[in-house]
Amino acid sequence: MSLFDRFQQLAAARQTLLGDGAVPFGVVVEKVLSATEAIVDGRPTILAGTNNYLGLTFDPACLEAARGALLEQGTGTTGSRMANGTFAGHAALEQELSDFFGRRSTIVFSAGYLANLGILSTVPGPDDVVLIDADCHASIYDGCRLGSAEVVRFRHNSVTDLDKRLRRLGARSRRAMIVVEGLYSMLGDRAPLAEIAALTRHHGASLLVDEAHSLGVLGEQGRGLAEEAGVEDAVDFVVGTFSKSLGTIGGFCASDHPELELVRYACRPYVFTASPSPSVVASARAALVALRAGAGLRRRLWDNAHHLYGRLRDLGLALGPEVSPIVAVLMASPEQGIAAWRALLARGVYVNLVLPPAAPTGGCLLRCSLSAAHTRDQIEAVAEAFRSLAASGAAR
Amino acid sequence: MATYEDVLAQTCEVLARFAKGQPLTEGTRLLADLGLDSVQAMEILLEAEERFDISIPLNVLPSVRTVGDLARRVQQLVDRA
Repeated sequence: MSLFDRFQQLAAARQTLLGDGAVPFGVVVEKVLSATEAIVDGRPTILAGTNNYLGLTFDPACLEAARGALLEQGTGTTGSRMANGTFAGHAALEQELSDFFGRRSTIVFSAGYLANLGILSTVPGPDDVVLIDADCHASIYDGCRLGSAEVVRFRHNSVTDLDKRLRRLGARSRRAMIVVEGLYSMLGDRAPLAEIAALTRHHGASLLVDEAHSLGVLGEQGRGLAEEAGVEDAVDFVVGTFSKSLGTIGGFCASDHPELELVRYACRPYVFTASPSPSVVASARAALVALRAGAGLRRRLWDNAHHLYGRLRDLGLALGPEVSPIVAVLMASPEQGIAAWRALLARGVYVNLVLPPAAPTGGCLLRCSLSAAHTRDQIEAVAEAFRSLAASGAAR
Repeated sequence: MATYEDVLAQTCEVLARFAKGQPLTEGTRLLADLGLDSVQAMEILLEAEERFDISIPLNVLPSVRTVGDLARRVQQLVDRA
């Protein structure tokens, strides 16, 4: 028996599925050309799987802000805010997020993953129950594992199943935290948030909404699904990330609960992580300004989403359940998915390959994510690549 | 109060579909003997939850290795409900 014996099963599965061809999880982006194009394997490649929803990674104001902070404040903070202190930019970003969401306070984390890890491991305690949608992101599951609360899954987007589980808790439902996402990252479907908010109120529970994929994407002002559904008042904790619509890295939690400020002292993923570097904070702040003025960006994003979804639906491909900037193409098998992914890359289109168990329902899918920065020609090129696949029988 | 034997029998009924004809005993290991993957394990939990009208917390899963472990956990949750 050796330390790595259990990895042999993984090695065998990898060999069986991937053989010696291009490894989907090892793509090297050799040169980034723009928010939507890069050189991969020596070829110009359309990036259609990067969650760069508003296309802000090359926004001039964001670049300028990052450059200025880099030159003035250096490359990093070299430690936690608890140890090294808070930079003015951290505090300003937290205030600006609080203003944007109309919340009392906000904590900024060094990654979106850490925001979920931090809040879910710290806020619910040993006598509490966390009810999570089955399709929630790994960071939500991992946050629960790190914490001490009882953790119960409910069927994806099933208000009936959630209600049943809250009823089973009886009086304990008042100590329950319900966790859902604005847009689910794999299939791009929304949570039925108005119904879930009503259920939360009815049972006296708390509600956390992870707007990672819906920030800047949903709602007239871009605040996410809670804004779109008109239930922001019913949401106790808004979690989000800077690594999608805001085009950098980091995460946050905003809330009206005054105790959120105390969470900083007890939250290990906050206390024991180096704080975001000045250039990251500066570009996040500039991107938030762009997002707030970004009605035009959102319109372009949704135009692109409707266009690609419609083109792929017309090809007869099996897609996720609703139009969204995440367009998931369901594959018949992992083998078909890998072959299709490789064929797309060879045609200069990069999408995400999602294999079991990461894909909901245990299936395999090719996940496209759209950007406001995609041109109509790029969307057509992506659709054309899928058409070639469908014509050759490489996609169902 | 549900008896352990009754819960065990019903748990085996839930698992039968995933056992591919293998005989199920208290000592049958869910992963090592039945070769369940994580998706199948979650399906089994959902079926057991429906049948017994309980919610099985994810926290208990690391300590569930055998059919008997699962039946004992289910019995505890049924009794607590």
